[in-house]
Amino acid sequence: MSQNTETAVQEEIHEIHMHRDDFGSKMGMWLFLFTEVLLFGGLFILYASYRFIYAESFAIAASELDVLMGAVNTVILLTSSLTVVLGIVALQKNNKKLCLFFLWVTIACGILFLVNKYFEWGAKFHHGIYPKGPALQDMGEGEVMYFGLYYVMTGLHGLHIIVGLAFIGFVMWQIKKDVITATNFQKLENSGLYWHLVDIIWIFLFPLFYLIH
Amino acid sequence: MNNHKSDITEVTGLDDVGDGHIAEAHHPTYGVNILVWIGLLSLTSITVAVAGINLGSLALSAALIIALVKSMFVINFFMHLKYDNKVFKIFVGVCMLIFIVVLILTFFDLTFRY
Repeated sequence: MSQNTETAVQEEIHEIHMHRDDFGSKMGMWLFLFTEVLLFGGLFILYASYRFIYAESFAIAASELDVLMGAVNTVILLTSSLTVVLGIVALQKNNKKLCLFFLWVTIACGILFLVNKYFEWGAKFHHGIYPKGPALQDMGEGEVMYFGLYYVMTGLHGLHIIVGLAFIGFVMWQIKKDVITATNFQKLENSGLYWHLVDIIWIFLFPLFYLIH
Repeated sequence: MNNHKSDITEVTGLDDVGDGHIAEAHHPTYGVNILVWIGLLSLTSITVAVAGINLGSLALSAALIIALVKSMFVINFFMHLKYDNKVFKIFVGVCMLIFIVVLILTFFDLTFRY
């Protein structure tokens, strides 16, 4: 090995040493996810408390929601989570094209979820169910609480979907540019972790808001 | 450095040069993940079906248990926690414990007040 290549190798080692810490990156992501759990956890505890106080009103208000729509959105999100993880497998198997295809499916699922939410919220608005809306004026305290929590929690969740889509979009761009590769995929994993957390939150939102009788 | 490097190669099975913090490849397959997805879809239909039956006070517990099982699937397989370092498992456990403790404490207040 010539002096030159040796220096180059040393430099490369140094660079990886300086800029790459996958374990730390993953740990940072998990810690961030716990702050998200804190955020949504607080809302879930609020939900539990008001459901405890207004059990019957919650059941009446929940009948306004379309179970089929909620179930379809659940299936869409579960599928999008699957395609993220399949994308990671594909990249690890060095199949960049397939990985990008899977991530495109995830993006499509995320957008479809938001479109469904748009129609769902739109229908509610149409019926006068929105903060200070005419339908809510005639409802009891419990129903008003239910719809308040419904809009805050599904709205915040929707925002997370948008952020997740942007994150995955950014990761896709880096995969295209070969910044994220088969041996350097922690960023892709991190975006996946975020997306799965958003999925898990929906897994709880769905039965708690749509399936009360 | 050299010593360190061979340690990493041993642990991760990867021939990367670095400081021991290179991502592990856990040799995942498409099949396992697709199976988990099918399981999740089945649980979703079960939770919708169960909600249709009048279970009374058990309905909420049933829905929550199914949701918990679903999220354990997502955490362990999709989020790779099953294959991950022990420290992440402890993290998740502590996080869930704290949430449950706060929830229980809140309900101590609620049940005695109403």
